[in-house]
Amino acid sequence: MLLSHLPALQVVVPLLAAPLCALLRPRHLAWAVATLTSWVCLLISLTLVAQVQAGGTLRYTFGGWPSPWGIEYVVDLLGAYVLLIVSLIAALVLPYARRSVEREIDPEHHSLFYTALLLCLCGLLGIVITGDAFNLFVFLEISSLSTYTLISFGRDRRALTASYQYLIMGTIGATFFLIGVGLLYVLTGTLNMADLAERIVPLAESRTLHTAFAFILVGVSLKLALFPLHLWLPNAYAHAPSVVSAFIASTATKVAVYVVVRFIFSLFGYRFAFDQMQLDWVLLPLAIIGIFTASVVAVFQENVKRMLAYSSLAQIGYMMLGISLDSVTGLTASLLHLFNHALMKGALFMALGAVFYRIGSVQLGQMAGLGRQMPWTLGAVVAGGLSLIGVPLTVGFISKWYLILAVIEQGWWILAALVLVTSLIALVYMWRVVETSYFQPRPAGAVIAGEAPLSLIAPTWLLVLANLYFGIDTGFTIDLAGSAAAALIGGEP
Amino acid sequence: MTPDSQETILLALLVPLVGACGMALAWKRANLRETVTLFTSGLLLLLVWSLVPGVLAGDRPELRLIEMLPGLAISFKVEPLGMLFACVASLLWPINSIYSIGYMRGNRESRQTLFYICFAIALSAAIGVAFAGNLLTLFVFYEVLTLSTYPLVTHKGNDSARQGGRVYLGILISTSILLLLPAIVWTLVAAGTLDFTPGGVLRGHLEGPLLGLLLFLFMFGIGKAALMPVHRWLPAAMVAPTPVSALLHAVAVVKAGVFSIVKVIVYIFGIDLLQEVSSGDWLLYVAGFTIIVASVIALRQDNLKRRLAYSTVSQLSYVILGAAILAPISVLGAAIHIAAHAFGKITLFFAAGAIYTAAHKTEISQLRGIGRRMPWTMLAFSIGALSMIGVPPAAGFISKWYILSGALQTEQLLAVLVIIASTLLNAAYFVPIIYSAFFLREDVGLTGDGHGEAPLPIVIALTMTAGLTILMFFMPELPLALAQQLILTAK
Repeated sequence: MLLSHLPALQVVVPLLAAPLCALLRPRHLAWAVATLTSWVCLLISLTLVAQVQAGGTLRYTFGGWPSPWGIEYVVDLLGAYVLLIVSLIAALVLPYARRSVEREIDPEHHSLFYTALLLCLCGLLGIVITGDAFNLFVFLEISSLSTYTLISFGRDRRALTASYQYLIMGTIGATFFLIGVGLLYVLTGTLNMADLAERIVPLAESRTLHTAFAFILVGVSLKLALFPLHLWLPNAYAHAPSVVSAFIASTATKVAVYVVVRFIFSLFGYRFAFDQMQLDWVLLPLAIIGIFTASVVAVFQENVKRMLAYSSLAQIGYMMLGISLDSVTGLTASLLHLFNHALMKGALFMALGAVFYRIGSVQLGQMAGLGRQMPWTLGAVVAGGLSLIGVPLTVGFISKWYLILAVIEQGWWILAALVLVTSLIALVYMWRVVETSYFQPRPAGAVIAGEAPLSLIAPTWLLVLANLYFGIDTGFTIDLAGSAAAALIGGEP
Repeated sequence: MTPDSQETILLALLVPLVGACGMALAWKRANLRETVTLFTSGLLLLLVWSLVPGVLAGDRPELRLIEMLPGLAISFKVEPLGMLFACVASLLWPINSIYSIGYMRGNRESRQTLFYICFAIALSAAIGVAFAGNLLTLFVFYEVLTLSTYPLVTHKGNDSARQGGRVYLGILISTSILLLLPAIVWTLVAAGTLDFTPGGVLRGHLEGPLLGLLLFLFMFGIGKAALMPVHRWLPAAMVAPTPVSALLHAVAVVKAGVFSIVKVIVYIFGIDLLQEVSSGDWLLYVAGFTIIVASVIALRQDNLKRRLAYSTVSQLSYVILGAAILAPISVLGAAIHIAAHAFGKITLFFAAGAIYTAAHKTEISQLRGIGRRMPWTMLAFSIGALSMIGVPPAAGFISKWYILSGALQTEQLLAVLVIIASTLLNAAYFVPIIYSAFFLREDVGLTGDGHGEAPLPIVIALTMTAGLTILMFFMPELPLALAQQLILTAK
């Protein structure tokens, strides 16, 4: 009986655990509750994946009110896949968080921190699992507001401005999204996504529909930091506490990409999006510019977290590029990269958090010679870097391969060359980190660092090993991504 | 093919890796670590050579591992060319290990454990390249080879090592990502498969000019073959300690490059297909150009290792030239040259390292009269030089003879001229070294206290490789048999 309520529990469990954390004064207890919750969420996600693979799309109606009047939760292959990504990252980040948070956040804020983190998790999971457009907005706001809070916890004063900047831009984005949903409601009288998909089919020429599409897309593009709506991301990632960077970088933008995919392919229909609205002509150039400029800017960053933030912008560009190709291979490449990038960036930001734990800084200059003193941590950075570059035996290679395959299948040779050139740019900025850590001697007055504690290294290396494992045994991820892509493009809802 | 040979392939890949773990565990105890190295390399030698009788009899043992991408598995297939490469690599690793022990200890190099571990991983990758059954497997192990040799190239850890490492990694990764990877994906899209197949897979799938373009992507994408202008990494990598230069740049890394080139020409394009279209002709000219120009640059180098590096660039293009001539007999010569050059070049690098260890000399102008003090070393050097020039009784003569025969047979006058000219050039930059070493007096002011021969392990290794060079001349049956199998089955 419990199993049938799993879709609801996926969201309800973190939602109920969050205020519990706020009430718990002892900090370690709050951490323990949060960690336990994240592991339960992971278990639920795994079960949902198994259920969907076995029995097809799951539908859950809240309170027994049938759709389209009640709020419905829908878990299909794509949804289950993204749920798994989010809860997996959360389950790994939370054990890591104990020491990192103690180092980076004032003690009196810890309970609130874990509360906000759980709310963010709840919001992200809710976005993925809901089948109602307005409900999606609600969860979008829950996750965004808690993210603004999380970022502002950083001791760095710039964290406050970064959080504020993200708040303003994020709210604009969410408002655009809401306007779009409102327009859809005006047109069709329903908010249920499956019902909407049916009802807008005869309305393809309607101006209102086009406007709704544009508003929703722009709103979500702000959340996923598509060029030129990306300005909030570098500051947010760079100045937030390490745990927050690791968590957000691996999940928030992925969920936003999921929303885009869901709306383009399941709701509006990809033929409407690409033929009527000429979406590929909008997405493709923006994606390419984003990939290029972000990669180049990353080379010149001194703050390694900022460097990785720009790298993330480029990776998001790859995902949007795959979507804009309007082919099954392209969509598979994007969905694969959703998972793979979460693994890569999660590992990299966690490793950097370990560096910060020991030396109190992530400036490249301060990291000189750290390779000898923190071998496991820097080893994780190297491994993550190799994955970013796309070296075989890592997940990055699998994503790159699919993307190149998708591009070459369409005959876009120049584009293939561009994608490969940006991989080389990734080589340049990652190698700056490698050379500084391993080839330069530790400066005389620098902080003597020992290896980071096990609770930081272990989750980091778990992600690194996942990077390597899923780069070799790709069956699980390719199957899921491929089936999800085929379901989305092959058949509409 | 028997289950035994499948196991052997798997073991050949795993043994160096297990050995690397053993070396890591023994990191405090140098003698134990060295023992592990010697034992591992010896074991690999036995494993690889045990496959030879089967391959000569016509067996092609296959092993299929995990499916990494849909329809594309990491798979292995032992065919004659790969067998030849693997035999050479596995034969030279134990000898190089003996040499390394003498060199690393003699020069009191630091971080020796990392050195031996990376060596083992690189050897495993080389075996992976040799036995690769499709382009994906080749690519995977090719990249692993690049990455595992980077710490070896930058071993000294100083600024020039870092710079050299940058050029090394930069060129090799750029070419493989920008050119080789799209070439592989294109092959997959065009032909539907990446398996190495006798006769090639591209017949009927790609027309003339596109074939030439794909060939271009492959030839320059395989940067390890050092075709000009992607050759710059070879001289840059000379910042590495000499054992690294010896094995990796005379044997494993560069050989993986030219091996991949011949393999792609024979098993992806197919010799017949390339003969029919003219869009592949440019390869002959580029290879010829590389041979001549690299030799000319070598003439002007005073640093011994740099001269040897440019000599390698030139000699590698012999292999490419032999393949580009597209005559079966020249392809045979190209395959044998992989072995002949390996034995000769490793001897030369060993000698250079011996001179550095014993006399601390790196420049050729400092080597006057050194033949008196280091007769064994310089004798070995001379044998290696003879092999480069291509003169009996050294192995280089045999491969050059076959390539020349192929050129004459197909009336490729340009190739004939290139081979003759480069023979003379080789003589021009090797003979003076030998002459000044044995027949000139050493500059009295230059030497501090006198020095003698290099440490014993180094001399032993030198003797063994020089011996192999001569042995291959008198008893070339094994490499010849494998190469003959190659051209027979390539049809």
